[in-house]
Amino acid sequence: MIRFVVRRAASALGVLVAVSILTFLIFAAIPNGNPALRLAGRTASPQDIAAVTKAYGFNKPIYVQYAKTMQQVFTGQIQSYTQHVTVMSQIKRGLPATVSLAIGATVLWLVVAIILGLAAALRAGSATDTSITVLGFAGISAPSFVVGAILLYLFAFKTHLFPNGGYVGITSGVGTWFHHMVLPWISLAVLYIGIYSQVLRSTVVETLSEDFVRTARAKGLSRRRILTGHVLRTSLIPLVSLWGLDFAGVVGGGAILVETVFNLHGVGQYVQQSVSALDVPPILVTVLFGAIFVVLLSALVDVIYAALDPRIRLAA
Amino acid sequence: MALLDIDHLRVSFRTEGGTVQAVDDVSFSLEPGEILGIVGESGSGKSVTAMTIMGLTRSPNASFAGRITLTGPDGATTDLLAASNHQLESIRGARVAMIFQDPMTALNPVHRVGDQIAEQIRAHEPVGKRAATARAVDLLRRVGIPRPDERARSFPHEFSGGMRQRVMIAMTLSCSPQVLIADEPTTALDVTIQAQILAEIEDLRAETGVGVLLITHDLGVIAEVADRVAVMYAGRVVEQGDLRTMFTDPLHPYTWGLLGSVPRIDKDRPGRLPTIPGAPPSLQNTPKGCHFAPRCPHRFERCGEVPPLEAADATAPGHLDRCWLALDTKRKVRIVNGTIGLPAASPAGADTAGVR
Repeated sequence: MIRFVVRRAASALGVLVAVSILTFLIFAAIPNGNPALRLAGRTASPQDIAAVTKAYGFNKPIYVQYAKTMQQVFTGQIQSYTQHVTVMSQIKRGLPATVSLAIGATVLWLVVAIILGLAAALRAGSATDTSITVLGFAGISAPSFVVGAILLYLFAFKTHLFPNGGYVGITSGVGTWFHHMVLPWISLAVLYIGIYSQVLRSTVVETLSEDFVRTARAKGLSRRRILTGHVLRTSLIPLVSLWGLDFAGVVGGGAILVETVFNLHGVGQYVQQSVSALDVPPILVTVLFGAIFVVLLSALVDVIYAALDPRIRLAA
Repeated sequence: MALLDIDHLRVSFRTEGGTVQAVDDVSFSLEPGEILGIVGESGSGKSVTAMTIMGLTRSPNASFAGRITLTGPDGATTDLLAASNHQLESIRGARVAMIFQDPMTALNPVHRVGDQIAEQIRAHEPVGKRAATARAVDLLRRVGIPRPDERARSFPHEFSGGMRQRVMIAMTLSCSPQVLIADEPTTALDVTIQAQILAEIEDLRAETGVGVLLITHDLGVIAEVADRVAVMYAGRVVEQGDLRTMFTDPLHPYTWGLLGSVPRIDKDRPGRLPTIPGAPPSLQNTPKGCHFAPRCPHRFERCGEVPPLEAADATAPGHLDRCWLALDTKRKVRIVNGTIGLPAASPAGADTAGVR
C-alpha cells in the first residue's frame, strides 16, 4: 500500500510538471500572445509596452519566465494579467459552485444511468431496450450548452419554474441552492447518462451470460439477489474508470460550457473568461488544478477497482 | 416412483436461423443413490436436458413439452417443467444441485468462496451469516480442502482447478440435495485430479444417498463411476442400460462407434484410431427418422422412420435402444476387426437382411 502511494505520487508529480510546461509553451507560442500588449492597456505607447515587458520579465528567456511563473504558482502569489487579483482567490471563489455542480450532476448521472442501463440490459432486444439506446445516443449527441439553453428557455424564461442562471451558496439555504442547481445538473448529466447507460448495458448483457451467473441461478438465489450481488458488482468496474476521469474533469473546471450558460461563476467559467482574455496565469493554474484532480481521482479509481475485484492488487 | 423422472421431454429454441430442436423426446429416470451417466458429444442435448431440469433454459425463445417429475422424501411430486419460477428458486440448490464443467468460471471471481457457499445456505434456510459461514467451512473440510477455515476467506483465483471443483461440490452439498447434476465435472481438470473428483462424487453418493446425473462425453469417466448409462445423439437417447451391458452388449450403431473410437491399452493399435465418419446433424434441420442414419454404415430403408426407444432383447427389459436392426444382426455386425466398432464404409446390402 505504501509503495502504491509513493509510486502514485511520483507519477502524479511527473504529470503535473509536463502539463505545466506544455500549457506554458502553448501560450508563449500562440500569435498575438504577448501579454505586455494587454497589460499596458489599449492606449499604451511603445514606451509603455517596453516598460511593462521589462517589469514583468517578458524579455527574459522562456525557461526563466517559466521558472519565475511556477515559483509564483507555488507560493500562491500568481496574479491575473487582467484583473490584478491572485488566481488562487478567484479559484477559491469559484470552487463552491463548481463542486456543487460536479457532485450533484454525478449523483444524478450515476443513478439514472445505472437504472437505465440495467433496465435496457435486462430487457435486451425489447422496445424498452431500443428506446433507452435511442435516448442514450440523443443524450450523447446533444451539446450541453444547447441542452442548457433549451432548459433555460423552457423552465426559466417561459415558465419561471427555475431561476435564470446564477449560483447561490448552500449557506443561503439548501432549498435556494438546490433550486438554482437543478437545471445545470440536468444539462451536465445528460451526456454522461447517455454514455454510462450504454456502457453499463453492454457489460451487464455480457455479465449475464457468465458462468458464475448461471451458478448463482443454480444455487436458487432470487433474481434480485443475483443482480445486486453478482451481476452489478462486476459490471460496475468499467464505469468506475470512466467516472474517475469525468468527475475529475468537472471538479477541475472542465464544465466550461454549462457553467457559462448558467452563469455559475465557477472555476469553469473562470477558465472561459481567462481563455478569451488570453490571461495566461489563471489558465496555467486552472489547468494544473484540473490535472491534480485527474491524478487524484485515478488513484482513487485504482483503490475502488481493487475493492470491487480482488484479482486486482494494489501492488506496484 | 423414481426420484427424478424425465418423461418425453422436448426442448426447442427459436433462433434467427429457425427452430433448434435441442432435446427431442428424451425419457429416463434416476433412483436415489444411483449414478446415471449421460454420454454424448457436443450438441447431443445432454447439457440442455440437465439445464432444463434445473429450469435454467427457460427463456422467451424456449419451448418445452413433456414432464420432469421430482419426488420428495415425503412422496410429494413436483413437475419441474410446470413449476413457477419462484417454486424453482426454492428447489434449485436445495433439492436439485448442479456442478458445472469449468470451475475456473463457475465461481464468482469477486466473492470469497466461503461467502459464496454461505449465500446458498442462506437462500434456502433461515440461518444467520455466522452459522452459514461455519457450515461452509465444515463443507470445505468435508470435500478435502486443507485449512478450510482459512481457505473459506480466499477468493476463487487463489485455488487450483481441482480445488475449485471441490469448492463447487461443497457448495452443491450445502443444502443436502436429493439430486446432484454434474455436467462434465472433470472435463476441465487434469487426469489425476479427475480421478479424485470422481471418487469424491462416489463417496457422497454412498454417504448421502443422493441421486447423481453425470453428464460427460468421456466413456472412461462413465466406466469408472456410473451404474447405468444413457447414450444421447442429436437430441435423443439412442441407447440406455446398465453399465456392464452397455460395454459388453451395446445394441445401437452409434454406441458401437463410440466404443470403437476409445483408445485401448489392452489391444494392439490397428493404426489410426477409428472415428465415426461424418458429423452430427444440425439441430435446426435434423434428418427425418433415425438421426444417426446419415452417418450409419448399417442404414437401410426403414431408417427413414423414427425408431422407438425399446428393449430389443426381451430377457433384458432395462436395456433400451432406438434402432431398426434386428437383434441378431446387431450382435453380428458390431464386431469389426475382432472388437466392437463401426466399419469405415458401408458394407452395402450386408445388413439389410434381418431387421427387427
